[in-house]
Amino acid sequence: MRLKRLIPVVWLAACLTAATALAQKPAAKAAPKPPSNDDCLACHGDAAAAGASGRSVAVLPDKFGASIHGLVGVACVDCHADLAKSSEFPHAEKLAPATCVTCHDKAVALYDVSVHAEARRAQAQSVAAACKDCHGSHEIKPAQDPESPTHHLNLPATCGRCHGNAEIIRKGRIAIGDVVAQFQDSIHGQALAKSGLTVAPNCKDCHNAHDIKRRTDPASPVYRTSIPAMCGKCHQGVERRYQTGVHGDALAKGRPDAPVCVTCHSAHQIARTEGAAWKAHVLAECGSCHPESRKTFRDTFHGRETQLGFMRVATCADCHGAHDIYAKRDARSTVSTARLVSTCGKCHAGSNPSFAQYDPHADRHNHARNPLLFYTSKFMEALLIGVFSFFGIHTALWASRAVKPGVGRRSQE
Amino acid sequence: MPEMPAAPSRQNEYRRFGLADRLMHGVLMFSFIGLAFTGMPLLFSDAPWAVRLAGIFGGGRSAGIVHRVFASMMIGCFVLHVWRLMHRLFVKKELEVLWGPASMTPQPRDVQEMVAHLRWFLRLGPQPRFDHFTYWEKFDYWAVFWGMGVIGGSGLVLWFPEFFSRLLPGSWFNIALLVHGEEGLLAVGFIFTIHFFNSHLRPDKFPMDPVIFTGHVSHHELSEERPAEFERLRADRRLGDLEVPPAPGWVHRLARVVAVVAVTLGLAMVGLILYAVLFARP
Repeated sequence: MRLKRLIPVVWLAACLTAATALAQKPAAKAAPKPPSNDDCLACHGDAAAAGASGRSVAVLPDKFGASIHGLVGVACVDCHADLAKSSEFPHAEKLAPATCVTCHDKAVALYDVSVHAEARRAQAQSVAAACKDCHGSHEIKPAQDPESPTHHLNLPATCGRCHGNAEIIRKGRIAIGDVVAQFQDSIHGQALAKSGLTVAPNCKDCHNAHDIKRRTDPASPVYRTSIPAMCGKCHQGVERRYQTGVHGDALAKGRPDAPVCVTCHSAHQIARTEGAAWKAHVLAECGSCHPESRKTFRDTFHGRETQLGFMRVATCADCHGAHDIYAKRDARSTVSTARLVSTCGKCHAGSNPSFAQYDPHADRHNHARNPLLFYTSKFMEALLIGVFSFFGIHTALWASRAVKPGVGRRSQE
Repeated sequence: MPEMPAAPSRQNEYRRFGLADRLMHGVLMFSFIGLAFTGMPLLFSDAPWAVRLAGIFGGGRSAGIVHRVFASMMIGCFVLHVWRLMHRLFVKKELEVLWGPASMTPQPRDVQEMVAHLRWFLRLGPQPRFDHFTYWEKFDYWAVFWGMGVIGGSGLVLWFPEFFSRLLPGSWFNIALLVHGEEGLLAVGFIFTIHFFNSHLRPDKFPMDPVIFTGHVSHHELSEERPAEFERLRADRRLGDLEVPPAPGWVHRLARVVAVVAVTLGLAMVGLILYAVLFARP
C-alpha cells in the first residue's frame, strides 16, 4: 500500500533525472548555446561585481539598456566574442578585447590607418586611444545623443581626456602639449562651449574622427598645403579670396614659405579679428615673415602709437587687406597707386593724392626709397651731435672753472 | 673778494625781468615739461618706460590730446612774444630791440665774449665783462625760438595732415615726423642739461638762480657778473630807475619749489632718454 503510493513519485524522479541527463549530454558534446544577456547580468548586473584584482566588472542593466546597443538588442557576446563559445562560468579573468569590427567594419578600417592605431601597433602598452576611449563601452550612445562623449559639443572634452592630460601628453610624447586648453579659448572653442553652436567646428572637423593623421602626413586634412581647402569647407568666401592673393598664389606655386590660414591665425588659438588685441597681434604675425616692413612701420607714427597701446591707428591689414593681398604694382591691391587714396581715406576723411604720398614705411636710412628723409636725418644728426658736443665741452670746462662763492677763494689760492 | 668801491648799498636789488617776461617764462616752462613728458613716450615708444609714462596721461591716445593742449599753450606763448616784440619795434619804436646790449640779436661782441670766456675756462685770459645778455643766453633764446618754429610748424603739419596735404606733398609728413622728434630731442636734451647747468646748476649759482622767478638781481650779481652793464647803467645814471625793493619771501619760496620740481622732472626725463638711447634702442 505504502509502496504503491510511492510509484508515481519515483517515476517522476526517474523521468526528471533522465530528462536532465538528456538535456546535458548534447550541451557538452555539440555546439553550446551562447550565454544570454540575462546570464551575463546575473553576475555583472550587481553593482558590486568585481574581478580578482578588485576592478569593477559591473554592467548596470539600466545603463546598458539605455545604450544604443541595449536598445537595438546587441548581445554581450556579439562584442565579447570569445565568451560565445565559453561554457565555464564564472569565465576566465582575462578576456580578449571587445571587438567592434564585426559590425563597424568601415569605422575600424579608417581607425586602422590613424596615428592612434599606428601608436598602438608600435607599442603594446601605448596610451593611444582605441574605440572605447572615445565612444565609451556599455553605456555607448550615438553621436547625435547630447550625452554621448562623441556628441559635437562634447568632443573637445573627450579628446581632452588625453590631449589635456599632462601624464598622457608626456607618455605619448604629444608635441603640441595641452592643445585642448588652447582650443577652448579660441573662437571655435568658445562657439561650441559658450554659444553651443553645432555649426562651429570641433576637433574632428579638421582632423577627422577615425583616420586622424599627423599634420606632416600628406594624407592628413591638416597637412600644410591642404589647410586652405580644409578651412574653406566652412570659410568658403575667405578661401576664394586667399587663393587669388599673393599668399595663395605662392602656395599654389609650391613655395615652402607661403603662409596658409594657420600661419597667421594659429591652428588652435584662433581669435576674433575685430578689435585691438588682434590689430596688435597681426603685427607680430606679418612681421615674422616681413621683418623689414615691421621695422619701418614701427618707426613711423602708426607704428609708434600701436607700441603705446593706442590701436585706433592703421596696422598691416587695415591698408594691405587680409586674405586677398596683392602686390603693390597689381591694380587690385589696396595700396596700388589707383586705390591708395581711398585706402587712406578709410581713416583720413580728407585723403587726396598728395596726402597719400606719405610713406607709412619710410626708412630714414634708405637713400633710394626716401632721399629727402635721408638727408634731413643726416642734417639732424649733425645738428644734435654739433650742439651737444660744443655745449658739452663748454659745460665741462665751465664746471671745472666756476666755483661756489666763498669756497672758491680758498681753492684758488 | 675786493670791496665794491662806491657801492650805493650792498642790499640793493635791480629789476632784470618784468612781470610779463616772468609769466611768459612760467607758461613756457610748464608747457615745455608737459610736451616733453607727453611726447617722449611716442618718440621712444620701444623703450620699456614708454607705455607706463604714456599711461600716466591715460594711454597713447590721451597723451596725444594732452600733448596738443600743452602745444596750444606754447604756441600761444610764441605768438604773444612775437606780438610784443612787434609792438615794441613798430609802435613804441624801440630800435634797441634790434641792436645793442638790450637786443637778442647776435652781435660781434658775443663772438668776442665767447672766445674770451673759453680762454678763461682754459686759464688763458681774464673773465670777459658781460653786458645785459650773454652769448649763451642768446643761444638759449634762439634755440627755443628756432625750436618753436620748427617743432611747432612740423607739429601743426602732423596735427592737421589732411589740411596741410593741400599745401605740401604727403612725403613731407615723413620729414615733419622726423624733424619734430629729433628737434624735440634736441630741445629737451638742451634745456634739461645745458640750460639747467648754465642758469641754475653751475657751482656759482647752485642750486638755482631765482632771477627768472623774482625778476630781481642783487647788486653783487649785477656788478660782478655783468660789469659792462653795471658800468653802463651807472654812467647813464639809470641804476636808480631799476632799483627795486627786495622780492618778498614767498616769491623766493615759490621759486625754489618750482625750480626743484622742474629740475627734478627734467633730469628724470634725461635719465629716461639716456636709458632708451643706450640700452633699449637696437
